[in-house]
Amino acid sequence: MPVPGITDSFVGVVNRLTLGATKESGAAHSSTVTVGGARNVVYGGSTDDAGEKPVIAMDVLDSRPDDWPDALHEPYKDVLDSPGDWARKCIEEFGADLICVKFDGIHPDKADKDAGHAVKATGEVLKAVGVPLVLWGCGNDEKDNQVMPKVSEAAKGQKCLIGTVKENNYKALTAIALADGHNLITEAPLDINISKQVNILVSDMGFPLERIVTFQATGALGYGMEYSYSILERQRLAALGGDKMMAMPVICDVGYEAWRAKEAKLADVPGWGDVKDRGPMWEAVTAICLLQAGADIIRMRHPRAVAIVKNFISQIWR
Amino acid sequence: MILIGERINGMFSDVKQAIEQKSKQVIQELAKRQTQAGARYLDVNVGTAAADQEGTMQWLVETIQETCSTPLSLDSQKPAVVAAGLKAVDSGRGVILNSSPLNKKSDDQVLDKYLEMAEQAGPKAMVITLTMDKNGVPQDVDTRVAIAAEIVQKAMEKGFDPQRLIIDPILLPVKVPNAQVQVGNVLAAMDQIRYLSDPAPHITLGLSNISQGATERSLVNRVFLAMAVSHGLDSAIVDVLDEKLMNVLATAEMLMNKQLYSDSFLKVYTAPNKDDWR
Repeated sequence: MPVPGITDSFVGVVNRLTLGATKESGAAHSSTVTVGGARNVVYGGSTDDAGEKPVIAMDVLDSRPDDWPDALHEPYKDVLDSPGDWARKCIEEFGADLICVKFDGIHPDKADKDAGHAVKATGEVLKAVGVPLVLWGCGNDEKDNQVMPKVSEAAKGQKCLIGTVKENNYKALTAIALADGHNLITEAPLDINISKQVNILVSDMGFPLERIVTFQATGALGYGMEYSYSILERQRLAALGGDKMMAMPVICDVGYEAWRAKEAKLADVPGWGDVKDRGPMWEAVTAICLLQAGADIIRMRHPRAVAIVKNFISQIWR
Repeated sequence: MILIGERINGMFSDVKQAIEQKSKQVIQELAKRQTQAGARYLDVNVGTAAADQEGTMQWLVETIQETCSTPLSLDSQKPAVVAAGLKAVDSGRGVILNSSPLNKKSDDQVLDKYLEMAEQAGPKAMVITLTMDKNGVPQDVDTRVAIAAEIVQKAMEKGFDPQRLIIDPILLPVKVPNAQVQVGNVLAAMDQIRYLSDPAPHITLGLSNISQGATERSLVNRVFLAMAVSHGLDSAIVDVLDEKLMNVLATAEMLMNKQLYSDSFLKVYTAPNKDDWR
């Protein structure tokens, strides 16, 4: 029996956004990455409606992490003190599409490092790899407002993706991202209405909607992933329905969230299987689920999880 | 909500005067202001402003199109007047033929004429059809729905896509003696018309008609608009220059989950454009 063709067509489209600048345009980068462009839900419509393939941004931390489990530590043990080498390894060995420099080390509750340190780490990564960068603050508003403008300036003209800005803390970073020609990540706490509001606030400052990527706090498998899933789904439907304030590509932070789960890192639990497999699987499963809800960029950490997700993407987005 | 701007109508004294004096500027200014205020079509109605309705319709169309690319809704119950407008209109942008009853005493085939003209005007041409027939405007719910069903059926028989039909269940002035019951009847009819085809036929109303001759016109208009949005109204011929009305519309659509809530929901309300008829 033939399967009936069920096609739903929509008026809206997810914005297409190209990250990175090329050497020809005077930047250090040698490649660009384009995301977005979907005209339907994932699996919906024709292949032409699917838009660009989702991409993986692998995390590189500005400082050696002291709380990573062994399974995550192992693949990076020789590069954890050198963001440049770390980034190169992610690209050359693990096939990352983008590098996300995560400035955990500047957090006042962690190493509390200064802007000079963050700028140096940015410079090292820019020098080491040719792919576009995501530059992600530590989450402490005050410290991010001190440091991230300097980071932005250090990468001026590279058309990075920089963030995050929130409803009650968006002005400083939005202004500097605009001045330095970067793209911007707007963040909301798993709340689609606030997400829209942040986009409106940022756009009121003159930041072009086409240069925004939205971030809804990500939930990992077993830890609220279904909330992330339904919000991403709702955002995609709003974009397809023609809501210009919600037509942005989406980024998810899967690496950090998946590796917070005890199931990903607790060793020697009877019946749970080998922890060496469990962590990467936890991360891969979370990523694959969120890709199906409409994520465009996935931040990831473990190379095995990355390989699994890359394989999935190459089979679904042909 | 697809908004059709009502202001270019010979019933308004400024438009009537502009027609008499052939003053393009008044018409072009109204076209521009309505477009900026969110109109996705501009209704064009000669009204009683000129004896030569066909020539005036053509002049209005040409005048508007000189400076404005918003699609037009050619508003006349006389097929010849609509045909005159169609000669001048750029139907590639989309156009509405507004409007035809199911039939009239004087012309049993009037709907056929509108559907044929729309076919000739290309795939973007839509037709507003009134739920009235040779017996006039129905006074109850059932007759409205029955006529709407006949309209949909007739379109399908002629191979005209029902998605290009916009059904107008006819809003009467609330102040007309014994007409108050009609307001509820229109809403009840809309609830049933929605099920005549899948996807549902489009529904429109000439909103300002409800407050004709009444006091508090703008208030009456906007309260009814909110009620009608909750009953599936997806287009309306309205005064888009009435800011309070537009705010009510934004709020009603948000409450019906047609627009995602944000704290700035009034500011960012954007009515869908003409390509959103689906």
